[in-house]
Amino acid sequence: MAMPGMYVSPEQLMQDRADYARKGISRGRSLAAVEYSGGIALVAENASATLRKVSEIYDRIAFGGVGRYNEFDQLRIAGVRYAELKGYQYSREDVDARSLANQYAQMLGQIFTHEMKPMEVEIVVAEIDPTGKPELYRIQYDGTVADEQHWCCIGGDAEAVLQRLKDGWSVDLDRDAAVRLAVSALAGPDRSIVAEELEVAVLSSGNGRRCFKRLDDAETDSLLT
Amino acid sequence: MPFHVAGDDPGTDFVNLLRQNGLDPFPPALPGTIDAGHATTVLAVRYERGVVVAGDRRATSGHLISHRDMEKVFAADEYSAVAIAGAAGPAIQMVRVFQLQLEYYEKIEGKPLTLEGKANQLAEMLRGHLPQAMQGLAVVPIFAGFDPARGAGRLFQFDVTGGRYEEQDFATSGSGSLHAGTVVKLGYRPDMSESDALSLSVKALWHAADEDSATGGPDPIRGIYPVLAVINDEGFRALSDEESGAVFADFREELTEG
Repeated sequence: MAMPGMYVSPEQLMQDRADYARKGISRGRSLAAVEYSGGIALVAENASATLRKVSEIYDRIAFGGVGRYNEFDQLRIAGVRYAELKGYQYSREDVDARSLANQYAQMLGQIFTHEMKPMEVEIVVAEIDPTGKPELYRIQYDGTVADEQHWCCIGGDAEAVLQRLKDGWSVDLDRDAAVRLAVSALAGPDRSIVAEELEVAVLSSGNGRRCFKRLDDAETDSLLT
Repeated sequence: MPFHVAGDDPGTDFVNLLRQNGLDPFPPALPGTIDAGHATTVLAVRYERGVVVAGDRRATSGHLISHRDMEKVFAADEYSAVAIAGAAGPAIQMVRVFQLQLEYYEKIEGKPLTLEGKANQLAEMLRGHLPQAMQGLAVVPIFAGFDPARGAGRLFQFDVTGGRYEEQDFATSGSGSLHAGTVVKLGYRPDMSESDALSLSVKALWHAADEDSATGGPDPIRGIYPVLAVINDEGFRALSDEESGAVFADFREELTEG
């Protein structure tokens, strides 16, 4: 027997899921990645000193996530495992951001269409390649993947932040200037963010094999003032 | 991409992660024995700021020298090192998996293992390796590191069964360990300076190489010198061949002057 009211068109179903995911993501604070000469700065507004939004994946690869913490942290760990297994099986140089971003896209796309609920996350995969060239990938809740140039922002206020990054970015930024730009873009004209409310890390080819380094509150504070 | 639901998550155990993905890092026990020997001298000596770890460069295959520039001292992570004696293949693989395990743990958990935890992890790998050790492929490492919780260097010796023994002053392993150990024992003083600990290590390695055919000495013609590494609050640093050569040159002066 036909059950009127039970039918939902695929378009509607996808739309509802997308709305649901976007709503979850927009509740959280944003994260910005900014390229500078020799590296990438990753800056997130994060009141927690222990629950990280920005993390190390592998020698030259970093991860940033916004939205539901448990979900993007699960993705972070999956990424570490993927990278470590690949590096073990082949060589450390064979682990790259592009293939990791594609893996994330596959996984998020699969979950978006097949699971009860989509992941309420947006993530960034950043890499500084052996020649010092940066790569940035942004992956959305539905598996949409985009490679970004020079800067990138994920999270609730992304559009406004992106505009401010675009206005402030130039090719000759150094590390400290890149962090300052990211912080001011996240804050906007009407407020400022103190070091304790920020999570700052950089991927720099000058850091040796493991390019990822966190900046502690004191370091962040000194370069903001 | 490995994605786990809560419950079957391999957690921080890298070896288990490898196994779950069909990559067993250690082979199963097979019948028969291989006499691989344990021709080497490695040692670790505590000094005022941390630990000096040293090892010769010779690899042998029976009576033949198979490599003159083997590395037997490895940075396990930023603040610790493993020096290996035993069958080269299994030993190097164990070090590789150990290094990966420490970094993997650090990334998954967001903070490194304690030095104690690292030593226990290595003991666990040795315990798993016992079947191979029984077949003649023993691995007998030394583990040394700087413990930030104590602000001091610490060192651990192991046996093939995974027994873990913390030493206070120094540790040696390999076929030349008896000679090297005696030299270190006679010259050891608590709270030695870094340069004194390096000199003592060089002296011990030289005497071991002088008595043990399977331990290599300094090779000034090729510019190959035993590996010397220092671990302190600034982390792990291996000396270059030139720096190591300079310590040997000082020792040579001491020897020739009588």
